[in-house]
Amino acid sequence: MPDVMTPLAITAYTATSAIGQGRAAHLDALRATRSGLRPNDFSGAPLACWIGRVDGAEDVVLPAALGVWACRNNQLAWLALHQDGFLERVQAACARYGAARIAVLLGTSTASIGATEEAYRRLDVDGGFADDMLRPAIHAPHSLAAFVATALGLEGPCLTVSTACSSSAKVFANAERMIRLGLIDAAVVGGVDTLCDSVLFGFNALELVSPTPCRPFDAARDGISIGEAAGFALLERIETAPDAPQLLGYGEASDAHHMSTPHPDGLGAELALRDALARAGLDAPQVDYINLHGTASQKNDEVEAALVGRAFPARTRASSTKGFTGHTLGAAGIVEATIALLAIEHGLIPGNLGGDTPDPVCGASFAWRNEQQRVDVALSNSFGFGGNNACLAFARAGFAA
Amino acid sequence: MSALRIYVEGVGLWSPQLADFAALQSLLGGTTPAPPPGRPAAATLPPNERRRAPESVLLAIEVAGQAVAMSGREAATLACVFASSHGDQPITDYMCATLALAPAELSPIRFHNSVHNAPVGYWTIATGCHAPSTAVAAQRASFGAGLLEAASQVLTDQRAVLLVCSDTAGSGPLGEVTDCHQPFGCALVLTSERSSATLARLDLQLTPAHPDSALDEPLAGWRAGNPSAASLPLLAMLTRARGRCQLAAAATLGLQIDMEKVA
Repeated sequence: MPDVMTPLAITAYTATSAIGQGRAAHLDALRATRSGLRPNDFSGAPLACWIGRVDGAEDVVLPAALGVWACRNNQLAWLALHQDGFLERVQAACARYGAARIAVLLGTSTASIGATEEAYRRLDVDGGFADDMLRPAIHAPHSLAAFVATALGLEGPCLTVSTACSSSAKVFANAERMIRLGLIDAAVVGGVDTLCDSVLFGFNALELVSPTPCRPFDAARDGISIGEAAGFALLERIETAPDAPQLLGYGEASDAHHMSTPHPDGLGAELALRDALARAGLDAPQVDYINLHGTASQKNDEVEAALVGRAFPARTRASSTKGFTGHTLGAAGIVEATIALLAIEHGLIPGNLGGDTPDPVCGASFAWRNEQQRVDVALSNSFGFGGNNACLAFARAGFAA
Repeated sequence: MSALRIYVEGVGLWSPQLADFAALQSLLGGTTPAPPPGRPAAATLPPNERRRAPESVLLAIEVAGQAVAMSGREAATLACVFASSHGDQPITDYMCATLALAPAELSPIRFHNSVHNAPVGYWTIATGCHAPSTAVAAQRASFGAGLLEAASQVLTDQRAVLLVCSDTAGSGPLGEVTDCHQPFGCALVLTSERSSATLARLDLQLTPAHPDSALDEPLAGWRAGNPSAASLPLLAMLTRARGRCQLAAAATLGLQIDMEKVA
């Protein structure tokens, strides 16, 4: 088991998803039990499903100097960076530490592949990319992180983590390692994934997409609803911001089982959970709330509900919020980290929207409707294809395990 | 910041010209090695997986298997950092072409193989590895940024880490944009303490800029033709287990590597 880690301060955080732009909009939608899902009006060809689309992402115009980065994914990143005073906090950190001492560590599963899809839809007469699409930097997985580093003027380490649906959870771990080693003083973490035909038709081909709004942990659940989102957090040493909420721990582990199906006993998920609790110095009963991965896929929810049942007492509340946002894939980690932090800040346990007829495998921990109670410690689970599991532990300012 | 000190216990390498690290040693020693067969063997994969796996997976698993074998370590104990600038370009080319013409015909297998962490996913499945695993990218700095992440894991958790950096050749219209002409993959087993298997000691330091270390031909040409071949200055240095080189760790950040032989 790893040593207990020194917590990090989360000095700014924000998310933009189908339920709104910024934290206040997210809190409002969660309190009002208002889903952001809508019938699919995005894909290049008809596909009967529901999606979590961010209104206006296509209308965002980047400054001329950043025009070479324009594409839906980077536009959504830009929109999200402008919420909750995030840019100003990064600028203050930059003035304090210097641009080379702040890392940009971002998760994404498909980056701006939507732009590559577009280039293929309108190849020029020679069969090559049209002139306006000849922008190599956006046709690569690193597009998002390179864009954000450029937009923020940061010159420290810059890394893309792309482990499917755990991507933007794992970047918290990258940041902790670099800060602990003294490579950096602060890190911008988070991630962005946007709707594109690759994921809509890809998950459809795997028969994992529901024709209705997704129903996490419902007995009749029949697949995911894909969403898009962007979110960011600024991490600094705890002594610089003792009044900020904390990253208490993180856990990472591999299933070693199957590329697109979770381990039947949730082995990797449980190893990631135990790793996170150990680094945080927590016992399971100290956890007040868990934001579950809860995709509404048959297997994920079954395995994850069983893990909650065997690892936590009923006082630990648990829910999936994918009925609100859809499954935002590589952005799910940061969106749900934001919701976990909102739960701590506002004492709101969001209800598990869509679970109207609970699967009997779900135990007493499940919060089917909103609950109001003090939350000191919250976890967020994120599991990805390839059996890639991550778990994050957050706590309110001043909490000591 | 003091230097990050780590140790190398194993090296893997595969390109159309070089079957392994020994072939690079021969080449730099003045002998032209025999080129490997056209497809990486990837013997770590079970035969049925090997037949079906895309080239990106075969390439990564080939070099990973070489490095782990050289280290003598149990693969299942190693945390994994797999880096690639472009992921599986032939699959991206296939998916974008199919989506433009007949999206409902998209292959489910090719889609699940399209995730950036497909190679490390197959590796952990084949080796029964439950340790943390990740898949990263940083454009032409993918090797340097991956090395920095791997070194961070080695030192913060005091554990051995398998670093892989590989890219296949581009194909289709996308291939003209990525400008990636031939496959190249390499792997290192990195540790926090020296052992009887240690080949060299590395001291890593971040530097503001990164004048890429000079390389002689044919290595310079190979480096130009594949972003993962940015590792070649370090690999060449490993053949004599000493020296200093500079690699890109990000667009605006360099990584200076000082290497010493350990007796």
